[in-house]
Amino acid sequence: MKFDEIQLRLLEEIADLHGVPEGAYNIRSNSEALGRRSTDHIVITPKKEVSGIDIEIAANTKNESVHIPVVMTESGLKEMVYNDFYVGENADVLIVAGCGIDNCGGADSEHDGIHRFFLKKGAKVRYVEKHYGSGEGAGKRILNPVTEAYLEEGAEMTMEMVQIKGVDDTVRTTVAKLKEKAKLVVRERLMTHGAQKAVSTYEVYLEGAGSSADVVSRSVAKGDSFQKFDAKIIGDAPSYGHTECDSIIMDNGKILAVPGLQANHVDASLLHEAAIGKIAGEQLVKLMTLGLTEQEAEEQIINGFLR
Amino acid sequence: MLELRDITFQVEENGVDKEIIKGVSLLIPDGKLVVITGPNGGGKSTLARIIMGIERPTSGRIFFNGEDITEKSVTERAKMGISFAFQQPVKFKGLKVLDLLRLASGRRLSTGDACEFLSSVGLCARDYIDRELNASLSGGELKRIEIAEVLARASKMSIFDEPEAGIDLWSFNNLIRVFETMRKNIAESSIVIISHQERILNVADEIVLVNGGRVEKKGSKEEILPELLRSSAVVSACVKGTEDKA
Repeated sequence: MKFDEIQLRLLEEIADLHGVPEGAYNIRSNSEALGRRSTDHIVITPKKEVSGIDIEIAANTKNESVHIPVVMTESGLKEMVYNDFYVGENADVLIVAGCGIDNCGGADSEHDGIHRFFLKKGAKVRYVEKHYGSGEGAGKRILNPVTEAYLEEGAEMTMEMVQIKGVDDTVRTTVAKLKEKAKLVVRERLMTHGAQKAVSTYEVYLEGAGSSADVVSRSVAKGDSFQKFDAKIIGDAPSYGHTECDSIIMDNGKILAVPGLQANHVDASLLHEAAIGKIAGEQLVKLMTLGLTEQEAEEQIINGFLR
Repeated sequence: MLELRDITFQVEENGVDKEIIKGVSLLIPDGKLVVITGPNGGGKSTLARIIMGIERPTSGRIFFNGEDITEKSVTERAKMGISFAFQQPVKFKGLKVLDLLRLASGRRLSTGDACEFLSSVGLCARDYIDRELNASLSGGELKRIEIAEVLARASKMSIFDEPEAGIDLWSFNNLIRVFETMRKNIAESSIVIISHQERILNVADEIVLVNGGRVEKKGSKEEILPELLRSSAVVSACVKGTEDKA
């Protein structure tokens, strides 16, 4: 499998890859599979009716990883991909997804992915999804990821969602349903600039007793960009849910945070926190007393905030 | 060497101009540890912030090593060798103790070097180096990290704005040791501490009493301290508390 320079750059941005990854992988480029590898415990098979793959992870698989990066370098491509992950009992794996679009042309490039996760009893998944856009073309770089996660008893899923640069338009929809003692942790990092738009919607159903969800978004809106963070947790059982939206706003950026908590059980404990504001003046001054210029101070503060 | 020449500072409060600093002239020589003391609201902290460039004086000039720095920004003054430890340390989400120590030192400090600065302010370095500078740290811990940053800067002039505020007794003993060590290694640099504390006054070479926006007294510790302790200025200030936002 050979990569060209743009593919390599995109792969590095979205998956820290410098070539073919270890373990199982499926690399998709311009709507075609560039390479695929299954392992003894992780089997990847292409879907028949629609575009996409099934990833089956055997029970008790430990310390293994699956990389499924997507890169698009042709202007004007539009694709819809369905990927389903079946994670066996007590497996403990890392799944790295992500999409990088380089659009130098005038037509919009769009990748819409629907990822569904089915975690069996006691399964643990760390899921990392990075989005990145580049290219000077007038065509937009559009990403609309849909993530569904179904967690059985005692399953745990940590999602790290990162979109720092170059994606013009994104609508992220995440729905999760948790059974007894299942646990969901979401860490979203988002930065928008220019005229970009990013909408992130979460719906988490705490269906089983002892289930918990912690959804935290940190974001920065620069330029004329717009962000909407809409996080809803529904507590149907004795459960714990927390959502947090912590945002820095700059220039003419706009941010809308919509808290949504619904408790359907007397022992559901739900909490929402949201804070939007510009960088505190005293933070800038403090770093300036260390010899940084105002702009350097701003960069340090934002880099730390989005770390 | 730092020189303040006839500094005044006015603010508007409820539509009325209020003069907080009323013509202060002061010389801070190299190789000296100078403590500025006086009652709350007397203008001590404002004076410190004016030296760092955080506040701009309404009139008067400031000279640092012979150069007029009145119009210079905070960044420029920092680069010229002035450091400032805030009375209330600033918190950052995401930035870690090691990040700040690196920014302060201006180089890619090794973890070992960074740990030394933390140890010298009495923090068990390993426990702190990767901590975020956020509300999970106590006021006393933040304060000690703030002081470690100034140590890491190793500047020509270090200003500490009420370093004792919010620090517990154990840390306080440690703090005195930090200033004693700084005093020993002062060489060509100078140290300014804003404080009410008798034990900090005791480390001073020179003491300046600021009251009502004016320098009321200045001189060597031997000259000023006994007199101060007889009068009520320091004692009453301590009883009133340590908050001084003026």
